[in-house]
Amino acid sequence: MGETVKTKKKAFERVMQSATWAAAVITIGVLVLIVGFVLVRGVPHLKPSLFALRYTSDNVSLMPALISTVIMTAAALIIAVPLGVFAAIYLAEYARRGNRVVAVIRMTTETLSGIPSIVYGLFGGLFFVVALGWGYSVLAGAFTLSIMILPLVMRSSEEALNAVPDMYREGAFGLGAGKLRTVFRIVLPAAMRGILAGVILAVGRIVGETAALIYTAGTVAQVPSNPLQSARTLSVHMYSLSSEGLHTDEGYATAVVLLVLVVVINAVSARIAKRLGGGDK
Amino acid sequence: MNCFEIKDLNLHYGTFQALHHINMDIAAGEITAFIGPSGCGKSTLLKTLNRMNDLVEGCKITGSVTLYGEDIYAASDVNLLRKRVGMVFQRSNPFPMSIYDNIAFGPRTHGVKSRLELDRIVEESLRAAAIWDEVKDRLKKSALSLSGGQQQRMCIARALAVSPEVLLMDEPTSALDPISTEKIEELLLTVREKYSIIIVTHNMQQAARVSDKTAFFLTGEVVEHDSTETIFAMPHDQRTEDYITGRFG
Repeated sequence: MGETVKTKKKAFERVMQSATWAAAVITIGVLVLIVGFVLVRGVPHLKPSLFALRYTSDNVSLMPALISTVIMTAAALIIAVPLGVFAAIYLAEYARRGNRVVAVIRMTTETLSGIPSIVYGLFGGLFFVVALGWGYSVLAGAFTLSIMILPLVMRSSEEALNAVPDMYREGAFGLGAGKLRTVFRIVLPAAMRGILAGVILAVGRIVGETAALIYTAGTVAQVPSNPLQSARTLSVHMYSLSSEGLHTDEGYATAVVLLVLVVVINAVSARIAKRLGGGDK
Repeated sequence: MNCFEIKDLNLHYGTFQALHHINMDIAAGEITAFIGPSGCGKSTLLKTLNRMNDLVEGCKITGSVTLYGEDIYAASDVNLLRKRVGMVFQRSNPFPMSIYDNIAFGPRTHGVKSRLELDRIVEESLRAAAIWDEVKDRLKKSALSLSGGQQQRMCIARALAVSPEVLLMDEPTSALDPISTEKIEELLLTVREKYSIIIVTHNMQQAARVSDKTAFFLTGEVVEHDSTETIFAMPHDQRTEDYITGRFG
């Protein structure tokens, strides 16, 4: 190999190395910038009145929105997770390969997961709010969100189930366990981590969602006393504050709380995943 | 007395015929070794004995297999069959749960609930598989933390825990080091009195060491099935002799 080729190669290597390094720095830099910006603008405005149980236009309390977020997330998950996981079990464990219905279901979920959330919002508004007469309500919001996250939960659950090695199934069948026992005692627990990863993503989408909720759950800033009352989540609350333009500082404070909430949710789910996957090393 | 009697068994995977007219009686209370080159159908035949081939799409079987006189393909309860005919796989496959739960999975499947009874079965099975002393202090630990050889012995213990009548072993030591292999061979010799064992192996010395009977397979047919001494000392078929002496395979 000639000297020039060698130096050329070395130079190329150096360029590529700096490029990857730069990309990493930019990625982390952007994250640090955003979080830092939110913290710097938000933390000084965190005051006790923001956590009052009742919202008034003076205190612009985020507490009702925080509670509503938790309620909304829980409700949407209760509807979507069992549906998504069971559908995934059907697809991964029961449906025969090359089945027509399976192909249709797969195509449908893929299409659904590509639809912008505002479309779900419009649908939820027309169907749950108007046609079913639920009005702007937690219930309509939760159902809309659950439809929105269903494809995500289903796909990640199906992938998690498919990733369970067949030798576990063979082992269970070989001991005389039936299909049902094999699926629910061996395969599902082994897939739990992957399923939870999908659920965490879904929680992220719910917590960050605004468009699908404005038309379905409305924007009332109080803690709902029943499922047919309107409520706003933290994201919707932030949207309202910043679009009104009167309480931008409180909007940033709300963003801080939202950030903390997301971090807490991730930490808690990671711990649950660890415990559920207890058999793993 | 025979445990399995196989009559005119043909097996197709789609259009490919993997087994041709197998006729074979497998003696109870003995260790039978299936030997032969890769793709000769020995593992396939093993899997027809507990109907694991049912799980393979496009697998079609004709002929009959009886277990102590009962046609296993006419019987409806395949789970009961698999309880009576246990299986140990080529690659150890502990479930991702504790050692205790691995062993107890089978008995629980078949309705054992009492803690005392489960404790007894777990200990007995692990003792029979010669691994009790190594794991007795960490039964609650994950089975995946065991070494490869330990995992395989634990899988044998798990198979024994449902008290099968026959134990099928599909190349159980092919992924193990010589010391672990030796331990498993010793274990086979100690459990042979209680179970009929059929072992598929690539390792002819292993067949010679542990088995009472040996069957030699070639391209989906049984060439010769006789006492292990006869097969290794004075085989009747030229092809058996060629294989045993290492002329092919």
